[in-house]
Amino acid sequence: MAVKKNAISFEDALSRLDEIVRHLEKGDLPLNDSLSLYEEGTGLINACSKMLDDAEQKVVKLKKGPDRSPVECEFEDDNGNDS
Amino acid sequence: MEQAMSVTALNLYIRDLLDSQPFLSHVCVRGELSNYKIYPSGHHYFTLKDSESSLKCVMFKSSAMKLRFRPESGMSVTVWGRVSVYPRDGAYQLYCTQILPEGTGDLQVAFEQLKAKLDAEGLFDPAHKKALPRFPGRIAIITSSAGAAVHDMIRILGKRWPMTKLILLPVRVQGQEAPAEIAGAIRYANEFEVADLIITGRGGGSIEDLWAFNDERVARAIYASRLPVISAVGHEPDVTISDYVADRRASTPSNAAEIAVPDCREIMDLLVGYKLRASGGMRKKMDALRQQLEAYAARRVMTAPAAAIDLRRMELDHLRERLASAQEQKNSRCRQRFVSLTASLEAMSPLRVLTRGYTIASNEQGRCIRSAAQLQKGDRFRLRLYDGDADCLVEEVERNKKWL
Repeated sequence: MAVKKNAISFEDALSRLDEIVRHLEKGDLPLNDSLSLYEEGTGLINACSKMLDDAEQKVVKLKKGPDRSPVECEFEDDNGNDS
Repeated sequence: MEQAMSVTALNLYIRDLLDSQPFLSHVCVRGELSNYKIYPSGHHYFTLKDSESSLKCVMFKSSAMKLRFRPESGMSVTVWGRVSVYPRDGAYQLYCTQILPEGTGDLQVAFEQLKAKLDAEGLFDPAHKKALPRFPGRIAIITSSAGAAVHDMIRILGKRWPMTKLILLPVRVQGQEAPAEIAGAIRYANEFEVADLIITGRGGGSIEDLWAFNDERVARAIYASRLPVISAVGHEPDVTISDYVADRRASTPSNAAEIAVPDCREIMDLLVGYKLRASGGMRKKMDALRQQLEAYAARRVMTAPAAAIDLRRMELDHLRERLASAQEQKNSRCRQRFVSLTASLEAMSPLRVLTRGYTIASNEQGRCIRSAAQLQKGDRFRLRLYDGDADCLVEEVERNKKWL
């Protein structure tokens, strides 16, 4: 089963990985279960690495919309023209 | 006779006299505040004294509003103002325009006062401090959109953890409007939950420059924030009220960026570590299974399967033997019982009496003859002896009366 990108949060992925590695190190599961855990763990590691590799920083400036709700605007590098 | 003058005229004369003295129009006096009172009108009344004498003072609302700390009785202060007469009382007094605490600056005193007040209210309580998320998806940065601080934070956050989206809420960080803008932005970020974590602060500057972060409104907004707040004001030694209230204090804005997100290189190392541990665990598991397999393969049943069959056959033979012997035992028990039963039966048989000399007489119909009355001369009957029979003829019947 392919791990969908962003289907799981980074934090959840890490804690799941921690759990998987603990089980695998204990070695108390049947081979079939161990193998599927190993597969899941490898998938999570790859997905996490990919998330890190592909990540591109997003920076937005928030402005109040007409109804006060936040509106995201591009953050222009206004070094100095603002107070 | 000299013309008498009114009290008012004299008081006004003295006032004019004093007011005309340039020295008295701008004096600077050092002393201890006593009997400090703030009237509902907003004017402050107090006495300035030293060990020997005292001076009545007043500070009008317009000047008092500009005070940056709260004067209290007992404080050593320096006071600026002019000396004049209050004609109604005929008393001269110091009309103050400025009061500054002795030694430390007024801002320092204001800082200590607000700190003591908020501390007493529990705004610095460690129990109230919220944990920071380990991997914040969004961080709200509440600071000036100009200046080095925001760019330092964007750069460091991007380098360490580019997965976090940065939400800038530009505010003024110095000047009179700054505290309200900062507090408003913190409340706004909470109201619309624009992020998982707030960083608020600014780069270094003078105590006046950083003053917005010593403002009570900002402190209360940070305290009320449901989103965790990192306070990042000035340089390392600068500590503001915001630092005390915030869930986490960063020494600088750059330091806040380091606190807010993990370093992706460390996380990569962690992932590599997981990979190694998972493979190691898997290899160990496989080795253990292989060893187990080899141990099984080495067992005699696998190496010499016929031996096992022989063993089974031996067991079978043994069982068969046990079965036969059990059957034999059972048979012999039956036989014994049969013999003993036959013996008892024989012991009880009437025929056995015959061996002792008794006989049984029976008539021609085979009925047993018990009484002499059943016989008459000339009858035939049969005598049964233990080893044979004899047919007999009755010659004479003699009844024995004594037995009847």
